Amino acid sequence: MRAFGVTLRLGALALLVAFLVTPKSFAPLFAPLTEYGAPPIYDQGNLLTLALAHLGTVFLAAGASTLVAVSLGILVTRRGGADFLPLSRTLVNIGQTFPPVAVLAIAVPLVGFGETPTLIALFAYGLLPIFENTISGLKSCPPSVLEAADGMGMNGRQRLLSVELPLALPLILEGIRLSLVINIGTATIGSTVAAKGLGEVIIAGLLSNNTAFILQGGLITGLMAMLLYDAMAALEKRILRAAHL
Amino acid sequence: MNAALTLPARSDRLGTLLALIGLAAVAFLPFVVFKSNRIMPGEAHSLFEVLPLPWAVGFAGLLALVGGVAVLARGARLRLLVALLGLAAVAVAVAFAADLLTPAGNRIVRISPGAGCWALLLAAGLLSTDAIARLGPGPAMRVFGLVLFGVVTAVAFHAGLFDHLSIMREYVGNASRFAREARQHVLLALGSLTAAVIVALPVGILCHRVPRIRAAVLQVLNLIQTIPSIALFGILMVPLGALATAVPLAAEVGIAGIGAAPAVIALFLYSLLPVVANTVVGLGRVPAATVEAARGMGLTPGQVLRQVELPLALPVILTGIRIVLVQNIGLVTIAALIGGGGFGTFVFQGMGQTAIDLVLLGAIPTVALAFSSAVLLDALIDVMKKAPQ
Repeated sequence: MRAFGVTLRLGALALLVAFLVTPKSFAPLFAPLTEYGAPPIYDQGNLLTLALAHLGTVFLAAGASTLVAVSLGILVTRRGGADFLPLSRTLVNIGQTFPPVAVLAIAVPLVGFGETPTLIALFAYGLLPIFENTISGLKSCPPSVLEAADGMGMNGRQRLLSVELPLALPLILEGIRLSLVINIGTATIGSTVAAKGLGEVIIAGLLSNNTAFILQGGLITGLMAMLLYDAMAALEKRILRAAHL
Repeated sequence: MNAALTLPARSDRLGTLLALIGLAAVAFLPFVVFKSNRIMPGEAHSLFEVLPLPWAVGFAGLLALVGGVAVLARGARLRLLVALLGLAAVAVAVAFAADLLTPAGNRIVRISPGAGCWALLLAAGLLSTDAIARLGPGPAMRVFGLVLFGVVTAVAFHAGLFDHLSIMREYVGNASRFAREARQHVLLALGSLTAAVIVALPVGILCHRVPRIRAAVLQVLNLIQTIPSIALFGILMVPLGALATAVPLAAEVGIAGIGAAPAVIALFLYSLLPVVANTVVGLGRVPAATVEAARGMGLTPGQVLRQVELPLALPVILTGIRIVLVQNIGLVTIAALIGGGGFGTFVFQGMGQTAIDLVLLGAIPTVALAFSSAVLLDALIDVMKKAPQ
């Protein structure tokens, strides 16, 4: 069963890479979907470049969200930040009722078209799951463990770095993974505001009524999102094993 | 109330931050933006440039009071009351400013709230949210608060308080479409949810009974969730389009590659995971002793399921339904891209025309809808948890 899973994933990855590198060789598969001699393979840009731009946007935004969300999560769980804790929890709940498109749409008139509104939307929306999980991770450290750390003479900083954060790590990593998957989807919508990414292929297909574009755009993005989710889950396991948790 | 009036040992840090945001908003940011028509660049006006001096001073004084309470007072009730007062004052002030700036009978000028106005609304909104979080109201109180807020807002809009603001101009221009898209939005979100619950409940029960298939089913549903919505819409459009061409009957009942059909199916697929997963978790949490006792009383397996297990698992299943509903209301927005309708139509149209007011006309109702359904379902879940069968 395990070997089958690995083969399946490697096969999917190979298929994705092959399509991105030599899209033309898949033309016969998509040709039946086109009409009036329309191109069967997306020809208004390099698919590999688009995929890399897509991933670049996603990771840049997720990196920034992680940095800010984890710092804020640490801040509001310290004694000095206690005034902010009730609001933080509620805000995370309310924030998740905001659809990502709304965040994107509101950013456009403020900063113009292109990469920036997409990055802002991805950053803002990606904060929520990481912030939420950082808070619950840090808040769920057993009081007895914290007392033991104090008893060993650790100061606040040592206790945070060598006790609280490692205990919260599984939840924080899960938050980052959630945020990455949501980001891949939102970055696809980013193509409606002229950000470089794979959504472009689908949008071009919708505009020119070319089902071949729509399908290949959908398949590439879907495959990439699934593989990334999977890879993150595997990476999480490794990190946790290395940290002996 | 006594606790609220005694001054605390130190100032409230959150309140201080929010008060500073409010102060900066009044001092440095434009309160309203005036455009001579829809596409012209706007000119910014501060509070004191727009409102007559006594009004401006009175309004600023009220804001100072809100800020003072935010910094110094500890009582959550007082903070909530004052924050709501501030919220209402900002809304009235921006409506009043729009009235003053609009020349009589002019339907072309556009007046929108400026960054300062939004920042003030944000600060007052956060202050009241914080007070509500600290008060921790029960389910009935939360629903009552939501309804009260909705009624007050609706009355204010109906009375024409905001008629001179740009977003209402967009609404007037799209009034008949607005009602249609609103209906479509709710229909798409609820329709796919209903279909998903009908399918996911039996699947969840099956996964609970047959542990062998549980992991596989959940993993497949999990993978579907990771597919970006536009991608899934796109993938579904192809077979549906082919079906509509090949089977004329399918086309007649409204199945087509473009429009609502792929949207409903995609939303249905996304909705399966939370409901199935929560059904499995909820049923798993039913104490084995309870099930045994029910069997011992001579109940058939079907009766045990209907009268014991499902009622006990209901709060957890409802939590799954709440997740799906909020998620669907957001995702329907994207359905507009493939001709599915809903509030997303205004969002994408507004993005295309860089008309932020049109974007807001689509985005604000979507958020309000998602937020209200979250509050309502959360309250329902709380009630169910407190009243065990």
